[in-house]
Amino acid sequence: MLEFDDIQHILLTRTPAMTGRYEFLTFSNPAGGRAWLSELIPVVESAAAAQASMDGTKRWVTLAFTWKGLRALGVPEESLETFPEAFCQGMAARADILGDTGAASPEHWVGGLAGADLHAIAILFARDDAEHARATGVHDELVARCDGVRSLSVLDLNATPPFNFAHDHFGFRDRLSQPVIEGSGEGPTPGSGAPLKPGEFILGYPDELGPVADLPQPEVLARNGSYMAYRRLQEHVGVFRDYLREHADTPDDQELLAAKFMGRWRSGAPLVLAPERDDPELGADPMRNNDFNYKEMDPLGYACPLGSHARRLNPRDTAHNMNRHRIIRRGATYGPALPESAPDDGVDRGIAAFIICASLVRQFEFAQNVWINDRTFHELGNEHDPICGTQDGTMEFKIPNRPIRKVLKGLPAFTTLKGGAYFFLPGIKALRYLTALDS
Amino acid sequence: MSGHDWSKPAAMAIPQEGYFELERGRYGPIYPRTPACYGFSIIAKVKEGREDAIREHGKTIQAAITETPEFLAPLRLHYLRWVLFDIGDGLTFQYQGIFDTDFDKYTEDAVQLFGQSGINTVFTNLEGFPEDWKENPDAFVKFVREHHFPSFLEYGEYPYVTADEIKKALRLKAAFSDMLDQMQ
Repeated sequence: MLEFDDIQHILLTRTPAMTGRYEFLTFSNPAGGRAWLSELIPVVESAAAAQASMDGTKRWVTLAFTWKGLRALGVPEESLETFPEAFCQGMAARADILGDTGAASPEHWVGGLAGADLHAIAILFARDDAEHARATGVHDELVARCDGVRSLSVLDLNATPPFNFAHDHFGFRDRLSQPVIEGSGEGPTPGSGAPLKPGEFILGYPDELGPVADLPQPEVLARNGSYMAYRRLQEHVGVFRDYLREHADTPDDQELLAAKFMGRWRSGAPLVLAPERDDPELGADPMRNNDFNYKEMDPLGYACPLGSHARRLNPRDTAHNMNRHRIIRRGATYGPALPESAPDDGVDRGIAAFIICASLVRQFEFAQNVWINDRTFHELGNEHDPICGTQDGTMEFKIPNRPIRKVLKGLPAFTTLKGGAYFFLPGIKALRYLTALDS
Repeated sequence: MSGHDWSKPAAMAIPQEGYFELERGRYGPIYPRTPACYGFSIIAKVKEGREDAIREHGKTIQAAITETPEFLAPLRLHYLRWVLFDIGDGLTFQYQGIFDTDFDKYTEDAVQLFGQSGINTVFTNLEGFPEDWKENPDAFVKFVREHHFPSFLEYGEYPYVTADEIKKALRLKAAFSDMLDQMQ
């Protein structure tokens, strides 16, 4: 039975937040960090609390810590040593494994994310701008009061028009293919796969293979916790639009090319079900927009290219043990929208997302290493994921076509990783445990 | 992969570590692709009295593949060789595989498949194999990595060619043959 009242809400619920802020913090003394944490715990809602109060709540708080952050709070060495290696090393130290090279490498990261003093993140989501201002004001004041707590950087999030569906700066509908946890009360939409054992995403429960050994110690710290891989991806909207204009003659062809990169039309309609033209009704219909597969319906990629983003991030029936490589995504866009006809203004905009899973190495890192930044994915050769893979300007993208396929060479980077980190997302009891540690 | 000439046999000498330049995978160093594709050689001592159990697995695998020929497809295997030997230090088992996906990417799939077949239980007869291998796939991965010995020479008659490419070529050949026969 899932302990809804102990699991932080971000794992199991989506909130109607339109805006928010990520606060990246450092603790120079454990007592200060614990004082900050103690004051925030009453407003960190569990999944149960968030669900019960969703209509009335105006802001939602999530707290998570890096490995160095756990140490900075006073977690003893014997306990720190029981955490998984990838989490202990941190995302910046594993950049070569993840393919975060060139412009994406940690030396170019912003916001202090690559630094050894990144200890915690406070995710503040707010229903509206007024609440955003109020809540961040209260948090700033709290940080000022807590001796030894300092803000390294902040990132303000905001949705951009149109507001009736979640989308990124390229205009693509988001949040379409989400796994569902057994016992969460949610049912999967057709094509999203059967509900997964909770241990795939939450520590302390059996996963798809059964009971899980080697959890971090002590149990109170690990139980109902999870890991989050944070990725801040700058989206080069002007570059993307220019590329479409240069490589496709008509607006319809440009939309098709964009869809070939993504694997779905901007409306969310999957190419496999709508290979030639968009179908916005299909895109908006959760009972249909995820109900397809690849090996059976499009084995050679004539509808959805083998290397497209959606096909890499969820290879469906062409992958083995998919159930062990699913991820939960949360996040938001940041930065102002670039109007359709405007040239690139050089303003920083993009998506700042969290990939939540019980095993960073088996779920998040697997996707990065074996699907996104892997030249041998489907034996495509000189290709990485065209949307979120590392692109150094020399790679290709192949679009199967009859009579002859199209090969786009020298693909520019449409996004650049500007930072990331591995966080541990404790359960509510675990948060209290952290405040009660001795120095 | 493009750039390699399948028609010219090739040999590759490999440094002692098993790689030319350290490239990190999620679980350890990545061993390079060679004219003999990818492979591993897991070598471990056999627990006292377990020889028959290991030999019995030969029959288990034969039966499994006869029943489900595609069973090992996720591993993209070319060849497997299992050997038991005692050259004075006690009974030792070698599990050698040649396949088309690199060791680091392959290990989880392999461990998973082993768990699904009867193949995993061959490992339980080996010294040092983790007791909690079922709940602890990471420990299984660690065992496989620690008992792998990289080659220092590999040779390929048709270098770098994948099993899929070979089967595709053979299918084409068969199709052309049929076509020519029908044109007679």
